[in-house]
Amino acid sequence: MSSAAALERRDVDNEHVGRRVERREDDAYLRASATYTDDIRHDGTVQLAFVRSSHAHATVDEIDVGPALAIDGVVAAYTWADIADSPSPGVLPIRTGSLERNVPGHPVLAIDRVRYHGQPVAAVVATGPYIAADAVDAVSVTYTPKTPVLDPVTAPDEDAPNVHDGVPDNVIARTGRGDPTATDRAFDCADHVTSITLENNRLIPNALEPRVAQARYDTVRDRFTVELASQSVHGHRRKLAETLGVPSRKLRVIAPSVGGGFGHKGHHHPGEAMAAWAARDLGRPVKWTATRRENYLEGAHGRDHHTEAAIALAADGRIRGLRVDTIANVGAYGLGGSAAMSGWYGSLLSSEYAIPAIHCATRGVFTNTCPIHSYRGAGRPEAIYVTERLVDAAAHELGFDPVTIRRHNLIPSDAFPYETAIGTTYDSGNYEPALDRALDGIEYDRLREAGRNRADGRLRGVGVACYTESTGGGHESAVVRLEPDGHVDVAVGTHSHGQGHETTYAQLVADVMERPLANVSVNEGDTTATPTGTGTFGSRSAVVGGNAVVSCAETVLDDARSLAADILGVDAVTLSYREGHFAADDESISLADLAARSYAWNAPDGVEPGFRTATSYAPDGTAYTFGTHAVEVAIEPDTGALDIVRYVAVDDCGRRINPTLVEGQVHGGVAQGLGQARSERTVYDESGRLATDRMLAYALPRSIDVPRIETEHTVTPAPGNELGVKGIGEAGTIAAPPALVNAVVDALADRGVRHVDMPVTDECIHQTIQSSD
Amino acid sequence: MAEHEVELTVDGEAASVAVEPRTLLVHAIRDQLGVTAPKIGCETGKCGACTVTLDGTLVKSCMLLAVQAEGGTVRTAAGMADGDELHPIQQAFRATHGLQCGYCTPGMLLAAERLLADQPNPSRAEIRSALKGNICRCTGYQHIVDAIERAAADAGGAP
Ligand code: FES
Ligand code: FES
Repeated sequence: MSSAAALERRDVDNEHVGRRVERREDDAYLRASATYTDDIRHDGTVQLAFVRSSHAHATVDEIDVGPALAIDGVVAAYTWADIADSPSPGVLPIRTGSLERNVPGHPVLAIDRVRYHGQPVAAVVATGPYIAADAVDAVSVTYTPKTPVLDPVTAPDEDAPNVHDGVPDNVIARTGRGDPTATDRAFDCADHVTSITLENNRLIPNALEPRVAQARYDTVRDRFTVELASQSVHGHRRKLAETLGVPSRKLRVIAPSVGGGFGHKGHHHPGEAMAAWAARDLGRPVKWTATRRENYLEGAHGRDHHTEAAIALAADGRIRGLRVDTIANVGAYGLGGSAAMSGWYGSLLSSEYAIPAIHCATRGVFTNTCPIHSYRGAGRPEAIYVTERLVDAAAHELGFDPVTIRRHNLIPSDAFPYETAIGTTYDSGNYEPALDRALDGIEYDRLREAGRNRADGRLRGVGVACYTESTGGGHESAVVRLEPDGHVDVAVGTHSHGQGHETTYAQLVADVMERPLANVSVNEGDTTATPTGTGTFGSRSAVVGGNAVVSCAETVLDDARSLAADILGVDAVTLSYREGHFAADDESISLADLAARSYAWNAPDGVEPGFRTATSYAPDGTAYTFGTHAVEVAIEPDTGALDIVRYVAVDDCGRRINPTLVEGQVHGGVAQGLGQARSERTVYDESGRLATDRMLAYALPRSIDVPRIETEHTVTPAPGNELGVKGIGEAGTIAAPPALVNAVVDALADRGVRHVDMPVTDECIHQTIQSSD
Repeated sequence: MAEHEVELTVDGEAASVAVEPRTLLVHAIRDQLGVTAPKIGCETGKCGACTVTLDGTLVKSCMLLAVQAEGGTVRTAAGMADGDELHPIQQAFRATHGLQCGYCTPGMLLAAERLLADQPNPSRAEIRSALKGNICRCTGYQHIVDAIERAAADAGGAP
């Protein structure tokens, strides 16, 4: 039976998919007994800490670790010279595929030169964290400062200094997507062109658990075991292996409970590599725990796009073309694929609209700032922000209602699969119902009628943003088997860092196999549990991991059916299966019985113990989530104080495995999106030192800052995977920033305001009102 | 550095730890007593992950030195459940999906318990206000507010 059919049934008692099942992982979290990496204790562990650059750009002339080594309890101190003397390359791998020049990645310790404030320069190891901190203070480093490159927009200028010697214009990747000629033609024939200059502000990801790693080295077996806060143990194993210069097979990587990730725990950092390197050097367990400040200094950070864009329209509001030119700040080093990331960011620029011609030119540039990597959305929020701001700006210029112009240009529901002018193919979509629902939810017509100026003196605005989100890329591995007592054991290559996979995967498998949830265990986060895997990022786990476990579970059931048929002496197709029992006529056999027989010494040839099935699943194309978010704001004109009156999110992620968890993802994503839009500002001072280097200086959204988020949904199943699911992890960070900024600009439209850059703080609104008066 | 003996009762267990004067209470509890319920998110009093109660007062244990807690009684989120039975506030968090990664949860639970002790019937605005010193990066707070509202309602319904 196919999974779709198995899961479509609605008449069995043990039906879980689509229901608001409570999370099975919560008991441990609520008792505070769940183990995060920093909670693990290994005897004899020593603590590693970094000496970090106090300069944005400098040569390192001398490092004196002597005073640190003189401190009682200090075990070792390392500089690049020690790494260079070892068999390890000591440089984090960078994917050079589409890069213009072959520049080295981030060294675990600085090689003669520092390129951003906070870059690790030396490492110390001590018997405890306090002594390690003393040792860090005792190391003296002599620098000769160099002029830093801080502004990504002027970084390519001829007179700008170079971050890397081999990159004279600081441009590491130059990409053109779409059709420049067709786009030029569209602009030539247009009745109206609207242009905008905007910045997508640099963000510091801030998972609540800082980065942390514990490494042990088995000298006898020449094997590393590394526990760390990771979204992808297999990805980390591959990258760690490269940095250490050892084959992957010599590494076991384990991610226990992980306190949030949002992208920044998906990539590889010097701390975990240095901990593993030192564990081998010292022959004892080494722990590295980043402080929050270190997390700020060394991120990685996210976003930081600087864009000039224009949209060409016909007089009737139909969009003819879109032209985008973006400078994407890469920071001081590429990390993994980060430098190439700017190349694909444009893929969602069509948003929900039928735009006949698009061209997007991007330049990824080096600056003397913390490296940029993926943060919740990773290119998607940046692209949608451009289009959704432009559409609003065009509507205001042409005198259209922003919703009218959107509706006018929506890709019609019968046009899917739809290839956008930028070259991505949307698998499915039905945009208008979601738009309508959001408008009904926010009471759009009523708000428009009531106008911007209200009796209470506050300026009202309403903002709408439509979006698409590419989800479910790559392949994922899963292994499903029965234990001898019939219990179902599931292992997956993804890793939950708050998403609730233990529950959602179990819901899927329990339904396919018609077993109670309690009879299904889910394991993730250990490279020994699955032979390979990709990990959890890019809203991919439900799509790729979910289908992988279902596909395995089906095969397990099929194999059990074959054995049942053999034993009962009937044709397999005549067997019925119900809640753990195969039956034919008046004979039946239980799954538990079959499982036990599969492990027996006399099990028939070809029967795998436990019917163990491994798969690597890849969906047929990307699944495109979509939706519309709408927000109503009220602004106090004298102070700029902004109140989010209501926020309505309508999202379509296809079939929802667990609606409560989907809503949780939307809430969290919107909160982070509103953080970007309203308060999160990353500031480097004129010398290139990170000024916002602690939580006190970087305004994360608090409970009193985030409004109630009203969630609704539509369901357009994804055609490219058997379950029909799409990812939902990033919808909120994509839709919330343009919705909020559109609302603010709408509120201030009568005062001639056309655009405000994020974060739109009360102070920023106040200044905007002042300068518009 | 000279060490001091500090007597502490943590979740009902009396213990004595030798600490430096500079040792933070959160490190004494976690690293020396091995009670890892309070988490460390910022070490600057901003995130609330390290929240415990000290002699009944809600405190951020990264903002106190261990020596300041001498003779004190500490309660962590690990002390809330009654054996197998989760505390009603914990039950409400589970029922409303008031947690995702769980890292803020120990602090949130104790902040919620304090609030409900002071104000058994808080409005949603009062709940949000009581949580403003506890950062959650996953939930957007909404399900946490739901959880506390529910816990208040459940307690109100009890005899
Ligand atoms: S760790 Fe104490 S408030 Fe953040
Ligand atoms: S649940 Fe992750 S920080 Fe609150």
